[in-house]
Amino acid sequence: MQHEISGSAVISLLVDNESGALARIVELFSGRGYNIQSLTVAPVDEIGAISRVNIVTTGTPSAIGQVKVQIERLVPVSRVVNLSAQGPHVAREMALVKVVSSGEPRTEALRIAEAFRARAVDTTATSFVFELTGSTDKLDSFIELMRPLGLVEVSRTGVASICRGPQTIQNF
Amino acid sequence: MTTTIAPAPSAAQATVTLPGAEVLLRALVEQGVEVIFGYPGGAVLPIYDALFRQNHIRHILVRHEQAAVHAAEAYARSTGKVGVVLVTSGPGATNAVTGLLDAMMDSIPLVCLSGQVPTALIGNDAFQEADTTGITRPVTKYNYLVRRPEDLAPAVHEAFAIARSGRPGPVLVDLPKNITVGDAPYISAQAVTPRTGKIRTTPDRAAVSRAVAAMKAARRPLFYIGGGVINSGPQASEALRKLAKLTGFPVTSTLMGLGAYPATDSQFLGMLGMHGTYEANLATHGCDVLVALGSRFDDRVTGRVNAFSPGSFKIHVDIDPSQINKIVHVDEGIVGDVGETIAMMIEEWLKPPAYAHAADLTAWWAQIEGWRALDCLRFKQDQAPDAVIKPQQAISRIFELGRQTGRDMYVSTEVGQHQMWAAQFFKFDKPNRWLTSGGLGTMGYGLPAAVGAQVAHPDALVMDIAGEASTLMNIQELGTIAQYRLPVKIFIINNHYMGMVRQWQELLHGSRYSESYSDALPDFVKLAESFHARGLRVTRLDQLDDTIREALAHDGPVMVDICVAEGENCFPMIPSGAAHNEMILGPEQEDSGAQISQEGQMLV
Ligand SMILES: Cc1ncc(C[n+]2csc(CCOP(=O)(O)OP(=O)(O)O)c2C)c(N)n1
Ligand SMILES: [Mg+2]
Repeated sequence: MQHEISGSAVISLLVDNESGALARIVELFSGRGYNIQSLTVAPVDEIGAISRVNIVTTGTPSAIGQVKVQIERLVPVSRVVNLSAQGPHVAREMALVKVVSSGEPRTEALRIAEAFRARAVDTTATSFVFELTGSTDKLDSFIELMRPLGLVEVSRTGVASICRGPQTIQNF
Repeated sequence: MTTTIAPAPSAAQATVTLPGAEVLLRALVEQGVEVIFGYPGGAVLPIYDALFRQNHIRHILVRHEQAAVHAAEAYARSTGKVGVVLVTSGPGATNAVTGLLDAMMDSIPLVCLSGQVPTALIGNDAFQEADTTGITRPVTKYNYLVRRPEDLAPAVHEAFAIARSGRPGPVLVDLPKNITVGDAPYISAQAVTPRTGKIRTTPDRAAVSRAVAAMKAARRPLFYIGGGVINSGPQASEALRKLAKLTGFPVTSTLMGLGAYPATDSQFLGMLGMHGTYEANLATHGCDVLVALGSRFDDRVTGRVNAFSPGSFKIHVDIDPSQINKIVHVDEGIVGDVGETIAMMIEEWLKPPAYAHAADLTAWWAQIEGWRALDCLRFKQDQAPDAVIKPQQAISRIFELGRQTGRDMYVSTEVGQHQMWAAQFFKFDKPNRWLTSGGLGTMGYGLPAAVGAQVAHPDALVMDIAGEASTLMNIQELGTIAQYRLPVKIFIINNHYMGMVRQWQELLHGSRYSESYSDALPDFVKLAESFHARGLRVTRLDQLDDTIREALAHDGPVMVDICVAEGENCFPMIPSGAAHNEMILGPEQEDSGAQISQEGQMLV
């Protein structure tokens, strides 16, 4: 995957959806000096009792190994997988990108958006909001290209990730 | 709280409903709690009221919440049970924080119950409100804020399960006042499935067999044991003795592991690390197979990590997977209960082939005996009757005279030089007798710890080896000692300095003794007397033994002010940032020995 840049890893985990659970995870990272590049969290079971957290972190393989075992120690965490180490997986995020421009830059922005298959979800005479889903790298390059074309604001979700093939986070 | 620990519906049907405080006490009784160390306040009044109306649980009123936690730690450490603490909201809970972290660092099973403002007021900066779960999250193994009555009993049961399972630790349960006042269903422990299922206690047989194969190939092996052996229970200590005898390997221990292997046994090399023995540290440096059992490669043990036991094949057994490869890369990491693993190691050891290098061990032992012959703990005591007492002399005599009483001895310490000397000179032959703050190094631990140990073992000889500075940090516990007539023997090794600080200033900061003099000390004899205890003082060598004997013979609490030489340093010492073979052995080597590097100065 594109975020398999050296030193970066996606860790996915399942955690009981209780108050303070996310704080436990985040404080573990800050307290032990680990780095969080992005973090997503949402309930994933039918009754909303379990949340899945995806964390993109950076570090040496052994540091990332430590991150994983440290998270495993947390009582409400039931599963932790380092998807980057586990094999092929899909990692996607979504961005909303606002561009304010007119004339040639505006047409150019629209052309690039089409090339990236970004959707214009809001359009005014002077602005666009593009919605784009894809790998982190793809979003990064789209945003870079928009920069000289009137980019004024970016909102990104962070990575959601899942392994390829029939196996799941439960049965690695 | 989550649905994951809610009881199965069938079990819930049989429940009774009681006021929350009574549900709490019932759950404690079901968990086998006999003693609580606590201090009251507004938010826990309903619990105190319920305590008043029952006889199952004894409450020990401490004089400061930090002391409640240390007392509970010592109670837990000396009995193997979970220690229980009860504190009020706000300042009660924040006062407990140091103790909780102390328990976290030393893996002591505790449950701390804290009062909280009613749920409706949480977040309003109510009187004595603190974000207790937020504050204590990094200092506990887990914590709860009980928001719903039906979560109360399950939370308490799960708290005990978490505190004692795997690598033990402190768990806090924050109890809003409306929860303890209002009705709640009683749910029994069997109806609760605690989230402790991830813990692996039985080790992987293949890994153990590979480890034993490496042990059988060793020519210079060493066991490096830690507090995990004690936490695993007395059967782990028993198994360790058996394995050591079978293999003939030498054994060294961390500060927290002392007592897990008999110190008087010839295979024991003493403590390793910063103030460890010469033989233990050189054996660690020179061994070819290092078997770490329930120890965690703490920086006080390893010295400079890249120079730690270079060239050894390292086996590490720990119940906490996050400890393996955390600091030192190991060749065989084994996750499991250390007692079970040692038992499995014994089975594997007894399988063929037999140990081929038993003869080679003679050479290794000869080398070790050579190091031992240096007698690194020796000190020079002027024998004149009126000579100033050396702290080492005081501590070694306390041990010897204590031992001669033939009573079961429990020893707590404060933090500093006296602590290290006590670790060096006290020879524990049984686990659970040595109570000290290792990971956190908390001054003020020793006096309340003596309280906890004496409450747990009313007939035992409980001694606190204290420094004059540390002991002032929780001196108010003399009140608790008086109230419960706890016959603890407090020996203050009074060097008029924060000795350990003074030592570092001498060695690392050009003898600039900045703020480390113990000025304006109280008269400890009068202080003891004002707290209804016996106070004794000794200043000369010829009175030392008699004074110690007098203290030991007294059937009530005694505080002995032992005035000792001021400038003594604790040796051997591996300065921070140095390797095990760069030890400073004694005053002669202070300047010539290991050079303390700038990098070393930055370390603590
Ligand atoms: C709560 C706390 N504050 C500060 C320290 C730092 N410290 C470590 S040892 C020490 C001096 C202890 O002096 P004393 O109790 O007299 O023992 P001695 O070293 O003289 O035997 C200090 C200040 C500490 N460990 N704990
Ligand atoms: Mg002192």
